[in-house]
Amino acid sequence: MTQLIQELVNGVSLGSTYALLALGLAMVFSILGLINFAHGELVTIGGYTMWTLFNHGFPWPAVLVLTLAGTTLAAVAMERIAFRPLRGASIVTLLITSFAVSFFIQVALQIFVSAEPQGIGVPNWTDTVWHMGDVSLPAVKVVTFAVTIAAVVLLAVFLRRTLLGVAMRAAAEDFDAVRLMGVRANVVVVAAFAISGLLAGVAAVLFFTSAPGVDSGVGTPLVINAFIGVILGGLGNLYGAVLGGFVLGLATSLLDANLHGTYTQFSQAFALAIVVGILLLRPQGLVGRSEGLT
Amino acid sequence: MQDLTARYGPVLAVRGVSLKVAEGEIVALLGANGAGKTTTLACIAGLHQSRTGQIRFDGQDVSRLSPERVLRRGISLTPEGRRLFSTLTVQENLLLGGAARGRRSRNDYDALLALFPILRERLHLPAALLSGGEQQQLAIARSLMSKPRLLLLDEPTLGLAPRLVRLVLDLIGRLREERGLSVLLVDQNVHQALELCDRAYLMRTGQIEAAGSPDELRRSREVQAAYMGVV
Repeated sequence: MTQLIQELVNGVSLGSTYALLALGLAMVFSILGLINFAHGELVTIGGYTMWTLFNHGFPWPAVLVLTLAGTTLAAVAMERIAFRPLRGASIVTLLITSFAVSFFIQVALQIFVSAEPQGIGVPNWTDTVWHMGDVSLPAVKVVTFAVTIAAVVLLAVFLRRTLLGVAMRAAAEDFDAVRLMGVRANVVVVAAFAISGLLAGVAAVLFFTSAPGVDSGVGTPLVINAFIGVILGGLGNLYGAVLGGFVLGLATSLLDANLHGTYTQFSQAFALAIVVGILLLRPQGLVGRSEGLT
Repeated sequence: MQDLTARYGPVLAVRGVSLKVAEGEIVALLGANGAGKTTTLACIAGLHQSRTGQIRFDGQDVSRLSPERVLRRGISLTPEGRRLFSTLTVQENLLLGGAARGRRSRNDYDALLALFPILRERLHLPAALLSGGEQQQLAIARSLMSKPRLLLLDEPTLGLAPRLVRLVLDLIGRLREERGLSVLLVDQNVHQALELCDRAYLMRTGQIEAAGSPDELRRSREVQAAYMGVV
């Protein structure tokens, strides 16, 4: 029993990272029809920002704020430089462009920053472990889950209570009609990217606090898993994306812990088999595709 | 509007169309399916980018403006098929309609709801759950939230029951009386449009075929041949 709870804690924590990234992917997809595979590089950029700042002795709160600002700016720059000139292009063109952006950032980081994995000097108190009976709860994992839930709630409030949020939900349904209301297209698009960048920043801070280090390729498996989460939840559905991220995280973590011997190396394959199975039963995803941004 | 031409790929949907709407005037744009009426409105609203010719509003050239800028100049399109945000509530649809005017639109909100009492009862329902007539009222109310001086109405009565058609047409007349609104109305129902408007244009295969007062048009051979079953 203790063992199972332990695995669930691990799964929820892993799922949180996927969920935060899936949320950003789903947000941009709903509004632009763009599946942004360069989204993972935002996490990588966040990791390198943390590495640089900790190396220069910045205090923890400053690192937090600057990392979030860094990934948000990187996401906005990505839109401005790579995707805005292609506004209205086909989904395939956008997809290939996002791969190009992803490779470009990875190679640029290898050339100009570091080709070797770098350990991030996070403060020691992040290693705190809480105990509940026999279950040990690493503080980072509990905080990761709490922050993820808080981010989802804040985003939901933003989308319901602010005019910009309402405009973004409307744009997910009918982009041109939103422009007919006098809402500037670029404001909505930049907001979507900025939010996805901010969420990627939150994911990066949480992820690298417990990850062994950062390298230029660290974002790729993360974005692929987040994308699987998005599909699992139902493409273009925010709550679905969050749920899909958690389900994938839990499945991976439970399989990791319970597979033995040579099977261990196939845990990802088994997780994907579960995803395929779910999609065979529910092709529309767990929550289902939605027309708007819900 | 002068010499407007619009394309869909190689197809010329609108060819050299010129028309005019004076302040406080209701002008109807008539014609069969595919005559280019909707494209003409989309061009004025800035939605259709593949176009030549000049569109002037209040003496200023608005031909090359994006939809959001056209709206800020005071022209609002209530598009074909209404294009409401179906998952958003009635209230959210209305607030978005006034998005360009920020907080100032909140003041008009109550005055506007007085014009559309049925919407006040439905404020927190998603737009998708409204009936056809309610949706049409919402679409017009949403356009009015931007306080336009020229309203472009594309088929506002399509698919409505006769009683609701009457309601919508009366509303358009009242808006002109009470607010001095200019209206460019696209309608396939020639009889009802001619009853309401001050002047009308008849379009066919992308060109203006006839123009004039309702009486002139009723007498014109083109209209009679096309719509009144008189040969």
